[in-house]
Amino acid sequence: MLRYALKRLISLLISLAVASVVIFAVIEVAPGDPASFMLGVNAQEDTLAALRAELGLNGSKVHRYLNWVGGMLVGDFGTSYTYRTPVSQMIADRLWVSLPLALYALTLSTLIAFPAGIYAAARRGKPGDLAVMGATQLGIAVPNFWFAMMLVLIFAINLRWFNAGGFVGWGNGVWAGLHSLTLPAIALALPQAAILARVMRSALLDILGEDFMRTARAKGLSRRQALWRHGVRNALIPVLTIIGLQFSFLLAGSIIIEQVFYLPGLGRLVFQAISARDLIVVESVVMLLVFAVITVNFLVDLAYAAVDPRLRSRT
Amino acid sequence: MTKFMFRTFASTLAVGVGLLATQAFAKSDITIAMQLEPPHLDPTSAAAQAIDSVVYTNIFEGLTRFMGDGSVVPGLAESWEISDDGMVYTFRLRDGVTFHDGTTMDAEDVKFTLDRATAEDSANAQKALFAGIESVEVVDPLTVKVTLSEPNGNFLFNLAWGDAVIVAPDSIENIKTNPVGTGAYTFGNWVQGDSITLNRNRDYWGDQPTLETATFKFISDPTAAFAAMMAEDVDVFDNFPAPENLPQFDADPRFQVLVGTTEGETILSTNNKQPPFDDILVRQAMAHAIDRQAIIDGAMFGYGTPIGTHFAPHHPAYVDLTGESAYDPEQAKALLAEAGFENGFETTLHLPPPSYARRGGEIVAAQLAEVGITAEIINVEWAQWLESVFRGKDFGLTIVSHTEPMDIGIYARPDYYFQYESTDFQALMDTLNATTDPDERTRLLGEAQRLISTDYVNGYLFQLAKLGVAKAGVQGLWANAPTAAIDLTQISWSE
Repeated sequence: MLRYALKRLISLLISLAVASVVIFAVIEVAPGDPASFMLGVNAQEDTLAALRAELGLNGSKVHRYLNWVGGMLVGDFGTSYTYRTPVSQMIADRLWVSLPLALYALTLSTLIAFPAGIYAAARRGKPGDLAVMGATQLGIAVPNFWFAMMLVLIFAINLRWFNAGGFVGWGNGVWAGLHSLTLPAIALALPQAAILARVMRSALLDILGEDFMRTARAKGLSRRQALWRHGVRNALIPVLTIIGLQFSFLLAGSIIIEQVFYLPGLGRLVFQAISARDLIVVESVVMLLVFAVITVNFLVDLAYAAVDPRLRSRT
Repeated sequence: MTKFMFRTFASTLAVGVGLLATQAFAKSDITIAMQLEPPHLDPTSAAAQAIDSVVYTNIFEGLTRFMGDGSVVPGLAESWEISDDGMVYTFRLRDGVTFHDGTTMDAEDVKFTLDRATAEDSANAQKALFAGIESVEVVDPLTVKVTLSEPNGNFLFNLAWGDAVIVAPDSIENIKTNPVGTGAYTFGNWVQGDSITLNRNRDYWGDQPTLETATFKFISDPTAAFAAMMAEDVDVFDNFPAPENLPQFDADPRFQVLVGTTEGETILSTNNKQPPFDDILVRQAMAHAIDRQAIIDGAMFGYGTPIGTHFAPHHPAYVDLTGESAYDPEQAKALLAEAGFENGFETTLHLPPPSYARRGGEIVAAQLAEVGITAEIINVEWAQWLESVFRGKDFGLTIVSHTEPMDIGIYARPDYYFQYESTDFQALMDTLNATTDPDERTRLLGEAQRLISTDYVNGYLFQLAKLGVAKAGVQGLWANAPTAAIDLTQISWSE
């Protein structure tokens, strides 16, 4: 187990190093100068030069890359070109919105998907199964921003149960914070729940055909008992993989939902920073997201090994 | 469980009663939404209009200031004298003005502000406004003498810009995150990505404004903007991004729609040095190929005023020259043939993100195609536009709204991105700058408008409208936008 974990850890570190080079290269290549974006169309040459010097944009690319990576290793993400505040503080502020939102959405999606998937698998081919599968088909096909707009129309504009967007801040209490994240979390969770329910169902159906399930039935368990005691547990591996992927997606991929609900999250930060060519912010946030995705994958790998001992020796 | 429920019920009741109690008085707070978030809060070192929208006249004030109708009136300077040769301005400052940190605003601060803007390493985005300043001299704590190197009829106007507000040396270091000015509102709190809160300044030198606090919220997505207004999450939307939704607000008694003017001349910028646009016949042909009203109707849903030159129609010196480039595709084709392009030509059309450009660009391209000109549409972000179009001058055509007030002077700069080089126009601008007599200035401005109109420098499309939406009870909002500003001191709720 330890050897396996060590191997995974080394591959994690290599991935991070490669990612940092790629991110830096891609973002630095994009056309556009942060200084001229900030100073606009009437800026004079000398003003631009002064600002570029102030922002440290004059050094060589290699020098700037090393500065950036070196800073990150000791927890210093640099200072935003436009906001002029430390990037690490900006990221921390935004994480307080994005992380709870992702967890909230993931919880909702799991709570919806597990019962739906198990229900459908237990009633394979019957009307109940068809109804669940139809609904999940719809959930996958419909984009989440459309869901978001429908939710706003119904629950914010007509019923007035929620605000149409924005985040009140955790300073107003956990309940108020969760309340303002509810609509975005639902919009994010529904398509994910649809995917997860389908995975749950097909994983269970695979398991139901296994020999040990027949044995469980033969030793006298009812269909339901066999499904719950032996089926669901064994179906968890593929489901776990999807949950891991979904968490990374929810953290990194909520840009559109954050735009629709104007939430001050990481996605919106990246979006603003890209258009303002606030390169250091973009680089750092993307790097952080890469780090999160790779770490989640690493943890999922470890979880596999914990659930399935055969995996430990294989790699 | 029952106990819990009872407590919840009781607290709900308490909150409800509290709400009723506060609603009995006139509202003293307001939530104003705008599309873009300011990058920071120093109006003297960035071009972002969002900064001025939040801080101009609220947190920071200049020696002079703009009013909602575009006039320039005394600000921190109570009065001034101009020497007969127009070179020396002596400003008399208001007495008893303090910054939000308690320090006194005096002539030293004015000198510091102007010296900082003109300094070698100045980061002022509008440094040209201060170009003529030769020296700033403190006469006594309330008197400042500014000497210019040559007369400048625009000087008092220039000092009203957000880029010329008075700042203090003591608070300059953290101005970007903690702005300290002399205005009627102090900086409260900034939740980055979400909102900025301002509080009333009890020690303000002028009249106390009505509103206690104001919150600026940033909603960039047009659909979200519509939802936030409809759900009454915000009270005002400063410049509503979706003109197609305005009729809906207009029909709803809960809201009022404010349609006004801006300083934004929206033009089909043409690279005057790039063939075939170096031929005036080609530019004239394009001007006649464009149907302005169709663009205003199609891209802006009817909001906008056609212009025939680079000048704001609401300005007293405006001359209507739309007739010089009336829509006439047949004449356009004839002119193209005369220039040797019977079969038209191909060019590029760079479109920045705002909808006036993206939507308007599609219509312009279609209209140009009618006369045989194929314009390949290239969508670009602002940063890209600044780099390749504005600085690189690597473009054929582009659509952009020039939002700086009174910016006809850009046509006197041959290195400006559309590269118009006319010694006549440059001479005209020199004369204008040296003229202080109002009537003579009006005449010269008319002449300048006519010159760039009949030289067909760019395709002049329309003056961008300011489209505000607010709850019915909000009073005192600026309908027009002579500069980017949301003047809180004038705003109140009707009873």
